Amino acid sequence: MAENSTHIEREVTIINSQGLHARPVMRFVDIANQFQSTVKVKKGTVSVDGKSPMEMMLLEATSGTRLQLVADGQDAAALIDALAKLVADKFHED
Amino acid sequence: MKLADFVVTEAIVPNLDATDRNGVIRALVSGLAAAGEIEPADVETIAKAIIQRENQGSTGFGKGVAVPHVKHPKIKRIMAAVGRSAGGVDFAALDRAPVYIVVLLLSPPENPDGHLQAMENIFRHLQRDNFRRFLRQAETTAEIVDLIKEADAMPTG
Repeated sequence: MAENSTHIEREVTIINSQGLHARPVMRFVDIANQFQSTVKVKKGTVSVDGKSPMEMMLLEATSGTRLQLVADGQDAAALIDALAKLVADKFHED
Repeated sequence: MKLADFVVTEAIVPNLDATDRNGVIRALVSGLAAAGEIEPADVETIAKAIIQRENQGSTGFGKGVAVPHVKHPKIKRIMAAVGRSAGGVDFAALDRAPVYIVVLLLSPPENPDGHLQAMENIFRHLQRDNFRRFLRQAETTAEIVDLIKEADAMPTG
């Protein structure tokens, strides 16, 4: 681990009516890939790479689903903030 | 939900003639019409809606697969057509690589959760290297049907 590496976890709730379908996944992954930190997205026992669109589709995160975001790295806090905002903004849908 | 629940056997195209994205989309939507799943009169409207959706963001998620889709009021149940291109098609995929396997998914607008279930199902199998490899090598509808049956028989999770 790098000297300044941080570990951040935050729970978010999917609130757009269509859930985490393809376009929201792409927006999510686009943002995640702008950061150096790694990000895992967990739903119950399922954990996927937040930078992989194919893995993200496996979450089957319908509206109302709670997801745990887990980021590790130097810009983990900024990454989590950006992703949590995207989710709260309904991925710019609805 | 299993693949066989929504993949329409009569709409499996093991050797796509079309060599461009829009041609592939039209061929697969036409396949669903030929199978009696959608009205022939709706083919062009639905194909255009999928193309428009694709223009907003490619569903070529990488690894040679694309999952073009749309939620459309003319669609009464979740259904999919499957196409295989031997030569590969440019889908403006994330990894910029050609697409060999196309799963075209149509869903009714009022069932977003079912749409996500179908997508999860499709990607769970497309994630597997062997499934993609065997699909890419399948030259007949019967071979693709067998691969789908095998995939459905695998334990989930």
